[in-house]
Amino acid sequence: MPPESETPAAKWLRSDDATFRPRVFRTQAYRIVFVYVAVFAVSVAALLAFTYWNTKRALDSQTDQVIEGEIAELNAQYLQLGLRGLADLIATRSSHGGPGLYLLANSFQQRIVGNLDSWPRTLEHPGNFVEFDYKRRTENQIETRRARGRVFPLAGGFYLLIAQDVHERYLTERLFTTTLPWTVGLVLVLGLAGGGLMARNMLRRLDQINRTSAEIIGGDLTRRVPIGPSHDEFDALAENLNTMLDRIERLMKGVREVADSVAHDLRTPLNRLRNRLETTLRHIGPGSEQAGEIEAAVAETDQLITTFNALLLIAEADAGVARGKMSMIDLAPVVEDVAELYEPLAEEKGVTLKLSPAGSTVIEGNRSLISQALANLVDNAIKYTPQGGRVTVTALETPDGAELRVADSGQGIPEAERARVVERFVRLDASRSAPGTGLGLSLVAAVARLHDARLVLEDNKPGLRAVMRFPRPSPRAKSAPPRGRNESAAAAS
Amino acid sequence: MRILVVEDDLEAQRYLVNGLKEAGHVVDDAADGETGLTLALSRPYDVAIIDRMLPKMDGLKVVADMREHSNVTPVLFLSALSEVDDRVKGLKAGGDDYLTKPYAFVELLARIEALMRRRSPQAVKTRLQVGDLELDLLTRTAQRGGAAIDLQPREFRLLEYLMRHASQVVTRTMLLESVWEYHFDPQTNVIDVHISRLRAKIDKGFDTALLHTVRGAGYMIRAARV
Repeated sequence: MPPESETPAAKWLRSDDATFRPRVFRTQAYRIVFVYVAVFAVSVAALLAFTYWNTKRALDSQTDQVIEGEIAELNAQYLQLGLRGLADLIATRSSHGGPGLYLLANSFQQRIVGNLDSWPRTLEHPGNFVEFDYKRRTENQIETRRARGRVFPLAGGFYLLIAQDVHERYLTERLFTTTLPWTVGLVLVLGLAGGGLMARNMLRRLDQINRTSAEIIGGDLTRRVPIGPSHDEFDALAENLNTMLDRIERLMKGVREVADSVAHDLRTPLNRLRNRLETTLRHIGPGSEQAGEIEAAVAETDQLITTFNALLLIAEADAGVARGKMSMIDLAPVVEDVAELYEPLAEEKGVTLKLSPAGSTVIEGNRSLISQALANLVDNAIKYTPQGGRVTVTALETPDGAELRVADSGQGIPEAERARVVERFVRLDASRSAPGTGLGLSLVAAVARLHDARLVLEDNKPGLRAVMRFPRPSPRAKSAPPRGRNESAAAAS
Repeated sequence: MRILVVEDDLEAQRYLVNGLKEAGHVVDDAADGETGLTLALSRPYDVAIIDRMLPKMDGLKVVADMREHSNVTPVLFLSALSEVDDRVKGLKAGGDDYLTKPYAFVELLARIEALMRRRSPQAVKTRLQVGDLELDLLTRTAQRGGAAIDLQPREFRLLEYLMRHASQVVTRTMLLESVWEYHFDPQTNVIDVHISRLRAKIDKGFDTALLHTVRGAGYMIRAARV
């Protein structure tokens, strides 16, 4: 469906069932949920990571202090007691079985003494604190454990490795890093589910409002937005909308009443004018010069009445008075009837009036008004087509909806003018300067507006093609979906 | 013919009454709904012309009450109300025809004559005849002077309507309403072209014309000597 022929409300409703997926990404409520959940998940991840790194650093620095302390102490012993003394001390400390790990090695990193079996491969250079894996023999098992330590070069080319077993802490860390993605994932899932529910709830309320608006745009001014018992902001919005609708309905009624009374007030004097002229004419009797003048005055009056009636009809069509009188109609017989009515006139003018065969093309509309609009278009087409030309009338079904086409082979309207002509006839005031022809197209435009159709003037190469594009008949107008109300009832209970 | 005019606009009433009297009818008048209803129920009329908007009692109500009292006088509504749904309302309430103000007097005259004709009981006709022109409603064929005339379906309906109202003025609007079921005025008078086509079929080659144009009013079909 071309976007121009569809009201936003209709689009909203249409997207409801058939294309749910795109809607999830298009609606503001869902978008907010996505953004919010994403921000929340990132925050949770950042918070956890920060805590993790901080805790780890604090624990590491504790371990490091202990190690530094031992290094200082053992170094002092070494300087005081020499290698043997240090080896004895290390042997004593190694046998305690605490978390302390010691290894004294020569310059080739071969073990001299300590509770580590071999020099860890990852630890080749002295200097910073590093974490490494080592193997520990317990009863008859060998387990790989995690340690953190530092290599200290002793005077005389020996190396001293002092470390602490941090395996328990390491396991906790591992646990933490493996559960972090799961935590974030869980946050995402729960956030999306909860947010989705909230968004759906919110959208349901909005849908009710939109559906009601669409029905009102469709002409049913008596519809109102359902108000829930909770007196939340949606209810406040609904109440405001309803108050606004009440006022609009009152105004529309007022406009109708004014139009009716203006019609009455103008018609009565016009009637009298015509009556008096006719009476005078009867008394004078035909044939005289005065009679001719009065006949001309009657003709002028009739022209005035025709224009007046056309204006009223346009006003009525624009006020949507006939919306209540729409029914499903087939355009094919409407086109046939109008073509049949104008065929002799076309023949008399030497113009071929062709009716393109069409299958049944059903729209929701007012037969009388569409017939009149079509008659005006055909009338114009015949008027502006020279002898020997042709006028084609078609009703056809396109993928976007039904179309009524009246194409002629006349002079047409230059493209720049065309836009202007359509523009011009959109507003009633602008076309007042040219009655007769002007109001004919104005009425067509008004009838098109009443049917949510678009009146387009196109190049027929040569000639003009006037197209009325009707939207697809929507199920909403006939059988308004009761879903909205059921849901509100469910929400209310 | 006796005609009842119920119209609250006194000038329009005077004009109507005078016009109808000049046309040879007997006319009673009332200026409000209640008086109009009393008159309609107390005396026999051939036709009643009733304004839609009347003081004291609305025109619709007057007709509805008449029908409730089994009064079948044909009623022509006059109305200054816009046509779109008022016409339907008027006919639903029991009106037989509906004319929007302002109207041409000849239009009114033609319509009330058609209404009065409708009232006189007609046997169900299967053939219509005007002079030597015959229309068979069962076989949907026409012939004049024994020679068959080939008619399009719409031409047949047009001729049928004219012949049912033979010797009466039939206006273009009446034809548009009853033959085409359109309630609007086409910009160009297409009816004239249809009539001249029909005329070419039924009158061409015959000494006497049956289908006549009534200047300033419409058309009439009648036998040469009436």
